[in-house]
Amino acid sequence: MTPSQAINGVLRKVPAWTIYIVCAAWTGWLFYLALTGGLGVEPINALEREYGELGLKLLVLGLLVTPLRKWTGVNLLKFRRAIGVSAFFVILAHFTVWAVLDVQTWERVWTEIVKRPYVTVGMVGFVLMIPLALTSNNLSVRKLGAATWRKLHKLTYPVAVLGAVHYLWLARGFQWEPIIYLLIILGLIATRYVSFDWKRQPA
Amino acid sequence: MAHRWTNDLTRADVTPKSAYLNRRQILAGAAGLGAIGLAGRASANTLEPNTLEEIASYNNFYEFGTGKTDPAQNAHKLVTSPWSIKVDGMVDNPGEYSLGDLLDGLTVEERIYRFRCVEAWSMVIPWNGIELANILNKVGVQSGARYVAFETVVQPENMIGVQRRVLDFPYVEGLRLDEAMHPLTIMATGIYDEPIYNQNGAPIRLVVPWKYGFKSIKSIVRITLQEDEPPTSWNKANAREYGFYSNVNPNVDHPRWSQATERRIGGGLFAPRIDTLMFNGYPEVASLYEGQDLTVDI
Repeated sequence: MTPSQAINGVLRKVPAWTIYIVCAAWTGWLFYLALTGGLGVEPINALEREYGELGLKLLVLGLLVTPLRKWTGVNLLKFRRAIGVSAFFVILAHFTVWAVLDVQTWERVWTEIVKRPYVTVGMVGFVLMIPLALTSNNLSVRKLGAATWRKLHKLTYPVAVLGAVHYLWLARGFQWEPIIYLLIILGLIATRYVSFDWKRQPA
Repeated sequence: MAHRWTNDLTRADVTPKSAYLNRRQILAGAAGLGAIGLAGRASANTLEPNTLEEIASYNNFYEFGTGKTDPAQNAHKLVTSPWSIKVDGMVDNPGEYSLGDLLDGLTVEERIYRFRCVEAWSMVIPWNGIELANILNKVGVQSGARYVAFETVVQPENMIGVQRRVLDFPYVEGLRLDEAMHPLTIMATGIYDEPIYNQNGAPIRLVVPWKYGFKSIKSIVRITLQEDEPPTSWNKANAREYGFYSNVNPNVDHPRWSQATERRIGGGLFAPRIDTLMFNGYPEVASLYEGQDLTVDI
């Protein structure tokens, strides 16, 4: 048995809803930390960042499923819907903390969205996730037809790129972390369009 | 010289140590009840000092990393003793001064100032420091000098942010001579009557309370008097976002965010935003900028 087969054997026993439980617990734990001083003396910004980064990580994980299966044989496909829907809810939490706890009035929230490009970019990314979250069920796949559904869910690519650009845009000074996120996301999207299967290239 | 700044705050305005060590627990409880909206328009005029824990754990000191808690974690590596400061340029008594020699004979005062970061958070800090004017008068400013340039120490092996080249180090800042000579401008060596912590800019840093925090350069090793406006680090990194003056101004937004409001550190998860005050609530400096358009001279 290859290592990937062994991993797949273990994964078969893990139900997909584990992802929801873990993400919900993690989100709640972070909120608890923020409430009780565990995220430092400025918990609003800290919580906003934690949720934002967690959302971005889930988006990266979602994009990783297909190339991972192609390259290593490890199959995370059955978790992908839960990963995507969890990403949506974590980013919804990120938006809510920003709007309610940070910016605090709807007037200012609107001003920020239209006036600050990095907020606009993040907001567009979030709005694009709404149809994806709403159609993340078997009924929608049937109703839309598999081809249309798959096309619609390619919106994940711009969503992830917008998320990384949003992160990069709010950094002050030269910082590696958001750049690395963007490069990983662009790389994972590239695997869909560029053949990295160099072994099959004729000599 | 400009009119004397008069201090209407006394020792009694500083929270006693036992109280400032406990205040966070009380606030954490009150914050839950306060919630959003209720607190609404809190005033930035309030001058209740932040706790030492808050002041020492939430910092921007990019030499030690870009995260807010990085300086508190990494700044212990900063070597602050011995410390000397090079004073050069258009001064009567240039030289390499030890910290003790430079400050010898000058009075350390307590100054409770608002501190407003360009990132729209703020604190109130009870500094102990010496008026910069007294230091400059001691070294003798020559006529023709119009600006003061400052430089932060660089200890690459001790500074993770310097290794990562987050900014073009050494960090440099500058003031116009009249700003530097203003009685509000101090060189701080302590907070809450304790020697200033490394993450707050030990052993000596500038404090210009009406400007955004990044102007108040930390861990200073060089002071130069000169005729021309000196380059400043954040202006070099992004001139569109950070001007030479960088006076706190609620009417001029940072290109990426609003400067109209701020959040006082210490209010917990439900801290209300408060209105930012012109010149951070120090209108006595307005006369320095008469005839200047502060939407242009940012």
